[in-house]
Amino acid sequence: MCLAVPGKVEKIYDAQGTRMGKVNFGGVIKEVCLAYLPDLEEGDYTIVHVGFAISKIDEESAQQSLRTFEELGLLEEELEELRETDFETGVSAVSSSPKGSSPSGTES
Amino acid sequence: MKYLTEYRDGAKAQRLAAEIRRIVTQPWAIMEVCGGQTHSIIRNGIDQILPEQVEMIHGPGCPVCVTPLAAIDKALAIASRPEVIFCSFGDMLRVPGSNDDLFKIKGAGGDVRVIYSPLDAVRIARENPEREVVFLAIGFETTAPANAMAVKLAKQQGITNFSALVSHVLVPPAIETIMNSPGNRVNAFLAAGHVCCVTGFAEYPALAAKYNVPIVVTGFEPLDLLEGIRRTVLQLEKGQAKVENAYPRVVSEQGNRAAQAVIEEVFEVTDRGWRGIGTIPGSGWRLNSDYREFDAEYKFTVSDISTCESPLCRAGEVLKGAIKPNQCQAFGKECTPRTPLGATMVSSEGACAAYYNYGRFVHLERPAIAEQVS
Repeated sequence: MCLAVPGKVEKIYDAQGTRMGKVNFGGVIKEVCLAYLPDLEEGDYTIVHVGFAISKIDEESAQQSLRTFEELGLLEEELEELRETDFETGVSAVSSSPKGSSPSGTES
Repeated sequence: MKYLTEYRDGAKAQRLAAEIRRIVTQPWAIMEVCGGQTHSIIRNGIDQILPEQVEMIHGPGCPVCVTPLAAIDKALAIASRPEVIFCSFGDMLRVPGSNDDLFKIKGAGGDVRVIYSPLDAVRIARENPEREVVFLAIGFETTAPANAMAVKLAKQQGITNFSALVSHVLVPPAIETIMNSPGNRVNAFLAAGHVCCVTGFAEYPALAAKYNVPIVVTGFEPLDLLEGIRRTVLQLEKGQAKVENAYPRVVSEQGNRAAQAVIEEVFEVTDRGWRGIGTIPGSGWRLNSDYREFDAEYKFTVSDISTCESPLCRAGEVLKGAIKPNQCQAFGKECTPRTPLGATMVSSEGACAAYYNYGRFVHLERPAIAEQVS
């Protein structure tokens, strides 16, 4: 229910006094109410919930989070060692997930 | 898709899970409050790649699941009226009332319509001036800006044949209820990212301090969830109880001020019944007196509501995190998504439906959780 999807603002316009826009979700374009984001501009990315843009996505924070996942202070060798440990104790995603499910993190 | 696919990277997920495994030294129970996060955790198998010391407890954050039975029964009574066009989000249609659900009302000739946005209901009212259009306005803080705007615009545009049956719920009072419930095992919370996107998270430090629990604002993609869990475990292991934001690309501390202003203009805080849990003081929003003529509860006098829950359903215990769905005797037997006894088996974000749809049929014991975080 609280699902909200990121999309790119393609067009901003006024409809009966309400700030509206066209937002592109990976090729699907929908009409979205932009009244709650007065500073949003065409080309920005936003999070949309039940037809309302509720937050502008902050590109710098997005990049920062991805860098954190990338770094995490782990050397590649350490990682390799951990993977082997996981495999032996049988607690890795690959060995413990039931057939047919699609857990994230199995495509390493 | 930008901002989605990069947060679903399998190798990075493994790395985060490995990091959590590296730092954890003892059992912890972490509650994700939001049903959307429950769904993502189960669908993506995050519960299966976490070390066994980290147990995810699924919280009451599915508005479809906690909408009280009396509200559903009122909705059914209103939707049955011949002059009414009843508009609802799709997931509410199969939620069992005492006797019926909205699908059955529709099957019996009721004009029940599924809408994507609350503004669709306002448009339908504008296009059908001879009918009464009633919108079932449910949701947490995330959905409130949209529902509030629908009512505000209806008033602004003089659309008097529009009204809303409001059953809004709020996260912070639910966190308090969970922490105060007997036998509570929750050591920390993942706060729902999209709720905080609207409200911000200034309200949370007081809760974290009062109950000595870390609260980490967390997103919905696999890497977001793992990062939220990693930061929570780090705090637990260090004995900290702080509020952190692990979803900064979407959430700011102050939230969306424009949305908060409209919510304040249209709604007021009220006590709210939660299905399976009971009444929580100050845990909901209803239309305030300025918008009373748009309140379906006042417009349609609905009497003769006597509610009746299935005696087999243990959804209340599931919603409080006291049991896992597959510990209920009826799970997967009398109760399936096709024949749901409780709302948690209906909504895709209900913990019972998530467990059923992604094959968590057997309950696996976890190590006992330490009494309390020191």
